[in-house]
Amino acid sequence: MKMVKFGWLYLAVQMLLIPGAWAAASLDSIIIDTGYDKQTRIAVVPFAQGPEYANLQQMSDIVGFDLSRSGQFAPLPRNNMLSFPSQPAEVFYRDWRILGVEYVVIGATSTVANGNVAVRFYLFDVVNERQMLVDEVVGGRRQWRDIAHKVSDKVYEAITGIPGAFSTKILYVLARNAGSPNATYSIEIADSDGERARSLFTSAQPVMSPSWSPDGRKVAYVSFETGRQAIVLHDIFSGQRELITQFTGINGSPMFSPDGNSLTLVLSKDGNPEIYLMDLGDRRLRRLTQHHAIDTEPSWSEDGRHIIFTSDRGGRPQIYQLELATNLIERLTFVGDYNARARMLPGGKHLVFVHRRERVDHIAWQDLERGDVRVLTQTALDESPSLAPNGAMLIYATQDRGRGILGVVSLDGRVRYRLPSSSGDVREPAWSPYLDTLRGGW
Amino acid sequence: MTNQWLRSFVVIVLAGLVLAGCSSKGSKAQPADPSAGIYDGQDSTRAPTTSGAQFGFDANGNPFVPGTNEPLSRTFYFEFDRSQLQQSDLRALEMHASILRANPDRAIVIEGHADERGTREYNIALGERRANSIRSFLTSAGVSGRQVETVSYGEERPEDPGHNEAAWARNRRAVLIYR
Repeated sequence: MKMVKFGWLYLAVQMLLIPGAWAAASLDSIIIDTGYDKQTRIAVVPFAQGPEYANLQQMSDIVGFDLSRSGQFAPLPRNNMLSFPSQPAEVFYRDWRILGVEYVVIGATSTVANGNVAVRFYLFDVVNERQMLVDEVVGGRRQWRDIAHKVSDKVYEAITGIPGAFSTKILYVLARNAGSPNATYSIEIADSDGERARSLFTSAQPVMSPSWSPDGRKVAYVSFETGRQAIVLHDIFSGQRELITQFTGINGSPMFSPDGNSLTLVLSKDGNPEIYLMDLGDRRLRRLTQHHAIDTEPSWSEDGRHIIFTSDRGGRPQIYQLELATNLIERLTFVGDYNARARMLPGGKHLVFVHRRERVDHIAWQDLERGDVRVLTQTALDESPSLAPNGAMLIYATQDRGRGILGVVSLDGRVRYRLPSSSGDVREPAWSPYLDTLRGGW
Repeated sequence: MTNQWLRSFVVIVLAGLVLAGCSSKGSKAQPADPSAGIYDGQDSTRAPTTSGAQFGFDANGNPFVPGTNEPLSRTFYFEFDRSQLQQSDLRALEMHASILRANPDRAIVIEGHADERGTREYNIALGERRANSIRSFLTSAGVSGRQVETVSYGEERPEDPGHNEAAWARNRRAVLIYR
């Protein structure tokens, strides 16, 4: 039903371009569990939307929900508003001060050249009685949600100083009837709020470990479609797929370097799992680890100078760091007997990873300078943390009543929401880099 | 027939005990040790003679217990986070070794699996370790490495979709697929 929103023509084009694209949305509506105790009170006034957009969702609702799921904002319900301004001259600060509102967003849509939609929007600081922002976002009619998310990004950044990450996407794995003869496994792509999900690739054999190229145009993942493991490079826009490794044994954990020119991966072709670096230009492999233990789950530091990975070379799985220039290896985690699949935060001073405590797996955060570990999630079987490009939140996989679902948590653990799925088990989320969702071909 | 297999089993266990005694410093046998049921990974015996055994296969190409029409177990289970074979599985594995030695044109794929706890790629590595435990048992019992391929599915293809200890115990396994 969600797909109807953007019209049959777009759908038809999508179906022609991407085989297997037409599938029921695989994620349900977000359930917000907790936010900050003190949230910024904001009014996102219904935008002046002409009759030509009457059948589309009110844009202010999309913006309000974006701000709400950040956990930092409490949007004022529409019923409590005393007026509905859509132009700056109609904004009376007193009306909003009475309601305890700190910020007001207003906006109006209009139709411009080529049938595009232009949204002009304003942000006001009620306390200081000043206009903070005026901007315009233009996009196609079928990019309605993209336009709204872009408005959210700009409002969020104007107030918090942190770039918004609402105009991003997530990749994840959807499994139905895993392990049974009628199992299907797919690589899915959806908006960061779970809307507009579609399948990139579907197989009767498992698929794993999707990862974004830094330009957001390609995906690397693991597929068992040949009966063995293979690493696949999949172009999101052309639909072209290429099996880039198919060695005997493990072909796993593909992860693009920050410059997009190489890929780290895990191969066990020489006897046990080792970390390799593949140059995506000439496809040459360089082996990075030499150890009889398990070495796996490589990922990159933001500057591309270090690889962090999981190894049980010390007896139990822990996180290690390898400096590419010197091949020097250093252990990073010491708390607990199971720490795995780490991601390093921008700046290189913090890690998030899977941390086992009293036999239960949680997502944890570690300060690398002080060494202290903070457990971010209270659920069980939590895994696959993936950071939003602004570093404010991470998405991870967990379980809810026996069903694999996705969860999002802020890096201080205070904000949490869930993206359930009624159509199967969802897992292994990967948050995209910043994307140009309006002009990037999306 | 059964006597012959029992005899080879006794030989395996005795040889294993002798080797275990040699490799441990104090040489003291500890039957109460919980790891006593776990195969220590050493090549514990010569291949017993199998001449005269009848090697039958069902319609799907899966082997019978030699000399019988009973299906031979092809699934072997593991302890949490471990990849050591259970002593109680060695007899069936030795039968697989005999079958493969006697039928060098047959090949198998050993699928390694893990339960859902822990991370997915680490579980792929753990599943591979389990498959490799069986592979090295078979090759050290005289099976050609060319007959044995391994693939790890980690936690991706559970035998039991449940989320409890019983399901996890069923999912920590390696399965021999005859081709």
